[in-house]
Amino acid sequence: MSINTKSNGSVSKAPGSVIAGFVTLFSYGLLYGLASSAPAYAEPEADRQAMRAHYEKRFSGIPIEAHKDGVYAFDEDAREQWLELEDFPPYEIAVDEGEEFFNIPLADGATYSDCFGDGAIKSQYPYFDEERSEVITLELAINDCRRQHGEEPLPYNGAEIVRLSAYIAFLSRGQIIAVAEPVSEPALAAYNDGKRFYSSRRGQLNFACSSCHVQLAGKRLRSERLSASLGHVSHWPTYRLKWQDVGSLHRRFARCNKQVGAEPFAQQSPEYRNLEYFLTYISNGLPLNGPAIRK
Amino acid sequence: MKKLLSGLLLPCLLFISTFAIPTVRAENPPTNDLERGKAIAFDRNAGNCLACHAIDDGELPGNSGPPLMQMALRFPDRDVLRAQIWDATVRNPNTVMPPYGKHKILSDEELDLVVDYLLTL
Repeated sequence: MSINTKSNGSVSKAPGSVIAGFVTLFSYGLLYGLASSAPAYAEPEADRQAMRAHYEKRFSGIPIEAHKDGVYAFDEDAREQWLELEDFPPYEIAVDEGEEFFNIPLADGATYSDCFGDGAIKSQYPYFDEERSEVITLELAINDCRRQHGEEPLPYNGAEIVRLSAYIAFLSRGQIIAVAEPVSEPALAAYNDGKRFYSSRRGQLNFACSSCHVQLAGKRLRSERLSASLGHVSHWPTYRLKWQDVGSLHRRFARCNKQVGAEPFAQQSPEYRNLEYFLTYISNGLPLNGPAIRK
Repeated sequence: MKKLLSGLLLPCLLFISTFAIPTVRAENPPTNDLERGKAIAFDRNAGNCLACHAIDDGELPGNSGPPLMQMALRFPDRDVLRAQIWDATVRNPNTVMPPYGKHKILSDEELDLVVDYLLTL
């Protein structure tokens, strides 16, 4: 609570009023679960600036871009151990396997290169497709490519699609996240749906994503520090030691939902794609650094 | 709402918790019940209070919530503490604390055991 109060107090003037509005929005989200009575949304770009301001204040001295590394941006001890893991990165095999999959010809003789060029294209996703009126993620685009070339789509919870996207993420390292600002009504609706998801309380524990990653970011649950929302999307797929495997961002979303005692959604469901759209938009400006390692 | 909270309610709460005189509870529950309360409070699959709060000799506590100390002083009225654990959002809609009673994370009996334990801190 003090967090919101403080943030509000510090940004009361001029462009800050928008910022205050956004921080207040999170409070409203926590207050009412962002029901339909929620106040009008600020512009997405104002949201992004507000989030950056929030974390700059909270993690003073830590550049926003550093949050691409999650808690390792500010937890020195954990960072050292984490960097040691990078000496022999456990995601490397998945990247190699992804490369093999990438180069296997599809049913009509085309390859993924016909859809994705050299494969360094992750920063183009997600985007809002105005014709289809939905958020297109990299995983969706991979399956679109397969259908175009006579193949069955891959199951989103399977090993092959996560390896393909690990290879593409690896090739795309260093690209800057640059999601186009949602402008059209349907694009804004998708963005706001993701934003609402992020600040809605759910599950037996009654946590919103923002409870831990906005309101309590930097604090500890037991011995674990809570990471900032910015950067949450930069490093996928990720090899989680808990999973002993690489997994997708949506798998992580589902795990988070389960952890708070809520029903998870399916990978690539509209709910999770809209959430990815919102989170990636507000992370604009951060570099892509997948695949990565996390506990 | 926020203004009301920070401007009026919060100082009131602080005043109450800081200066009110603790009432003496009728009787202390038996020690074994206090131990049961502590075990529930510490258990990761029950209260898991240590996830957010430093408590007594609990190992590796989180710091997302305030340390739980001087609880009898802070909560002279047992019912207020119980209500806080039952659903802390009543007093503070922005709190992250899970509603242990309302969402049946703890049973009524477990909740009472935890309250009695916390009041010994």
